[in-house]
Amino acid sequence: MPSLAGLFFWMNIKLENIKKLDVKKPLKLDCGKTISNFPLAYETYGKLNKNKDNAILVFHALTGDQYVTGTNPITNKEGWWITAVGPGKAIDTNKYFVICANVIGGCMGSLGPRNINPKTNQPYGLDFPVITIKDMVRAQESLLDHLGIKKLLCATGGSMGGMQLLQFCATFPDKTFSAIPIACSSSHSAQNIALNELARQAIMADPVWEKGKYVLKNVQPKNGLAVARMVGHISYLSEKGMQEKFGRKLQEKADYEFSFNADFQVESYLRHQGYAFVERFDANSVLYITRAMDYFDLSKQFKGGLIEAFKNQETKFLVISFSSDWLYTTKDNKDIVIALNASGADVSYSEIATDKGHDSFLLDEPEFLKTLKGFIDSMYEKFKNEKRI
Amino acid sequence: MKKEFKVIADLLPSNTRVLDVGCGDGSLMSLLRKEKNINVRGLELNQSNVQQCIHKGLPVIQGNAETELHQFPDQSFDYVILSQTLQAFYEPEKVLRELLRIGKSVIVSIPNFGYWKVRTKLLFFGKMPVTKTLPNTWYNTPNLHMCTIKDLFNFCDEKKINIKKVVGVNEDKISSIKKGNLEIKNLFSKLGIFLIG
Repeated sequence: MPSLAGLFFWMNIKLENIKKLDVKKPLKLDCGKTISNFPLAYETYGKLNKNKDNAILVFHALTGDQYVTGTNPITNKEGWWITAVGPGKAIDTNKYFVICANVIGGCMGSLGPRNINPKTNQPYGLDFPVITIKDMVRAQESLLDHLGIKKLLCATGGSMGGMQLLQFCATFPDKTFSAIPIACSSSHSAQNIALNELARQAIMADPVWEKGKYVLKNVQPKNGLAVARMVGHISYLSEKGMQEKFGRKLQEKADYEFSFNADFQVESYLRHQGYAFVERFDANSVLYITRAMDYFDLSKQFKGGLIEAFKNQETKFLVISFSSDWLYTTKDNKDIVIALNASGADVSYSEIATDKGHDSFLLDEPEFLKTLKGFIDSMYEKFKNEKRI
Repeated sequence: MKKEFKVIADLLPSNTRVLDVGCGDGSLMSLLRKEKNINVRGLELNQSNVQQCIHKGLPVIQGNAETELHQFPDQSFDYVILSQTLQAFYEPEKVLRELLRIGKSVIVSIPNFGYWKVRTKLLFFGKMPVTKTLPNTWYNTPNLHMCTIKDLFNFCDEKKINIKKVVGVNEDKISSIKKGNLEIKNLFSKLGIFLIG
């Protein structure tokens, strides 16, 4: 059996640093296949208090992982949501116990296409079952049992994290006191699917990819994966934000080079983002996770549509969108609010005015962070009182 | 506490479901929740007001009442409140119809343009009135459709909207307004509060 660590050589990943739960309970996936005894990697920040009423579950986005804040021990970079989570931050880890798990299908320690398929003793590659957002969420439920948490104070997530959260609330209506879906959608639009398809096609067009079998050779379809990431990055920024940041500025040169090198700053930026990404992410994981996002349509799971999905919700919601987000628009987010309203759920909604596009939820956006903090702190007071009664 | 809010709170039975349209910083919602255990919701356009509501743990939806009331289902609230904003809409009648669709009853309050001080300012000085309840000047006022208590009273009559109660407010004094005392109350009330539907 090839050593799993060996497969990570190009990423320089130290797997032994990753906290993992071995999920024993078999999980029947939406595709019909069953997985069991699978690893679920996770990380926690802060301390769970005696009453166990200060736990906040964070769902990560497409290219995120369980390392929400502090230093990611694998990449040695800052956690992806360090702007919002940490001591004294909007989600204050001095006060709250923050949990985040790597999604199944991912590549930061949870079961994914890079793991060994026990049937073949080879990495799964494309033999890995196609997973859904619902599968991801159900896989994470066992983590709450493991940590001894009956009911979360709050669950939150942006982008695909928000989709997982909506699914989580629909599937487990009594597992969280409050929920903050951020910059997300209850189903993927044609444009969302098209952009994901572009990313997948870029990976699959890389000759190194070899129908996902590149893992056997300890290589990575870097070029395709980098292009996939570039597509993503364009969709995370707004037209205005991009224009303001880069305009037509040239990259460390006085004039055009009359070549195809990165003359423009925006080109250089995209290339940098693309090639930094291949150091930490697996190409097959991008295929599987983007597929899960495309299959996501919460209303399809319930006969009465989205309203039915949120029926009998006791959870208190705060939906947040960003005015310049064209990937998951204000309208997408408002549709969630309308459905929650129609089902009689307790829902708040705020649209943050910003030029920074979809990426806003990861940035230092003061209005956004203030809203986040205000909601969580007020929910904590309510939750404590409710428990006391 | 604003007298107006006190009057509105007195009009509302406990333990009901109430939507406050244009809820501001949530002062009225806080009051209703605290004193009457009312299940409150707010709709508010202004970002910083929305944030204040959220900080207070009050459920609020950021949005424009003129265009976004459609998101609330028919008869989904026992009461819908619209405090001193009816005159600021492009189409007040349409908004009022929407409120009546969403709420089993509706409470609408208006700054009374028939109040004697308002009338005299226009009559004696020939200038658009600026008062405590109408603090803006003609060029920066959000009020597009100023009306009097009598106007709204007649409007409801004409449109067959059932008036359950009308209260006139002048500083700390409140009085019940009926057809019989409409003329006089229209002259001496700063504010009119209508319970309709």
